Amino acid sequence: MILQILELIVIAYVVGFIYFGTYRNITARIQGRYGPTIYQSFFDSIKLFSKKSSASFGWMFYLGPIIMATGAVMTLMFIPLFNDSDFLRSVTVQGNLFLLLYLMVLGPLGNALAVGTGGNPFGVMGVTRGLSRLFGLELPFYIAIVGLIIASNSADIVHIMDLQKINGLNIWNHPFLFIAAMISMVGFFGESPFDIPGAPQEVYSGPRTEFSGKFLALLMSQGSLFAFAKLVLVTDLFLGGADSLGMLLLKTFAIFITLIFIGIVYGRYKVSQAVDFLMKIPTLIGLIGLVRIIWFG
Amino acid sequence: MEIGFHGHEFDKAERNTQTLIEKTINWFRSKSIFVVAYGTGCGAIEMPPTFTSRYDAERGGVVGVATPRQADVIIVSGYLAYKTLRRVIRTYEQMQSPKYVIGLGSCAINGGMYWDSYNTIKKLDDYIPVDMLVNGCMPRPEALLEGFAKLQERIRNGEQGGWEKYEKNLEFYKKNQKKVLGENIDPSYEADWYMLKQGATL
Repeated sequence: MILQILELIVIAYVVGFIYFGTYRNITARIQGRYGPTIYQSFFDSIKLFSKKSSASFGWMFYLGPIIMATGAVMTLMFIPLFNDSDFLRSVTVQGNLFLLLYLMVLGPLGNALAVGTGGNPFGVMGVTRGLSRLFGLELPFYIAIVGLIIASNSADIVHIMDLQKINGLNIWNHPFLFIAAMISMVGFFGESPFDIPGAPQEVYSGPRTEFSGKFLALLMSQGSLFAFAKLVLVTDLFLGGADSLGMLLLKTFAIFITLIFIGIVYGRYKVSQAVDFLMKIPTLIGLIGLVRIIWFG
Repeated sequence: MEIGFHGHEFDKAERNTQTLIEKTINWFRSKSIFVVAYGTGCGAIEMPPTFTSRYDAERGGVVGVATPRQADVIIVSGYLAYKTLRRVIRTYEQMQSPKYVIGLGSCAINGGMYWDSYNTIKKLDDYIPVDMLVNGCMPRPEALLEGFAKLQERIRNGEQGGWEKYEKNLEFYKKNQKKVLGENIDPSYEADWYMLKQGATL
């Protein structure tokens, strides 16, 4: 099982970084540039890991990125990758959706603790913005997940995946929930218009301001692991999971590219605007979906 | 090794003594360069086109970052007043090694048109170790891009960087800095750390 977990981490690391490289390349093409190669994020990560020095501000500063990475790896471990296959299923057990929701907020918590130790005002400002935004992001996402749990009568991801084979994909059965979850996802990926916490022009990359060298490398790596985990989660819940690695990559990439296209064309919301929007539009869409499930089954 | 004439003299000996692991790591280092662009003079005008769509430095892995903590390269673009020098030194010392300095334009080389000014420094290399000087008044973005390419080549070859010179000859640089800034150079984080490492007392 340990071997499987390691395999899972390696796959998520590679796929996550290639996705982010593609993201940078596509952004460049849209801006009329040639752009970096799709492997650029690897180069950045390895360079940062091999830095000779990294500024530290005490033991909590060390622990923060580790807590974040733990959150990402554990989230990844509790998400099944494939339908009907024990391959890479790692520690997935019954009733795991609640656990996942809990694990997904572990990262921001670790981040806040580490940034607080760093004491940089820009970092603290970024974290404050990030946590306020998180409040807005989670509401529609949780509504979508609660809707799915009610509709499937189960909080087990494997069961939800199996049900979709009989009843058809959740993206068609519950489109409102899907839209609400996707709008949240745009924010979870730090895309415009919800990218306020790390805005380089205002808060000097926000929570990451004081992170250098191996700390930043760890943050980047956990970011790519976590991104992959979230993409797989949406694929499992709404697109019926995947039967093979190729299918999984295709589906996750489809979601990813949708998210980045949304992100590229929008400007940046202020925190108040972002939370305002998230509390109104996606929450309302999610609630419509919820009501539809409860009343019409 | 001498403390160089404008940072051009470097130990070429290390070029052939790289192990395979060092070679690989240096290759990755050369492929990813995070830049903190310190706009002091007219050079600040030439940097945005270098990083945006027209010249697109990101092709070579050269990206701007917002904070010195994450940066590998600082571009000092133009003349430096004494007051600004203080901030540049502080920014430089907040960067994590391996770190490099690019001096942009003739002001960074010999004072340029400010050669007889009472409050600007004439030779940047006396105060922080410059790895690459890009000549011109002002240099075009193409020249800056070529500077980056040459710097990447040097990193790939494993040649000694200015940051090593700074560690080894800290007294020399601090003496020069104190000459123009006075005895109280405000926080010199990394420099203090190096002194501790060398066994000196603070």
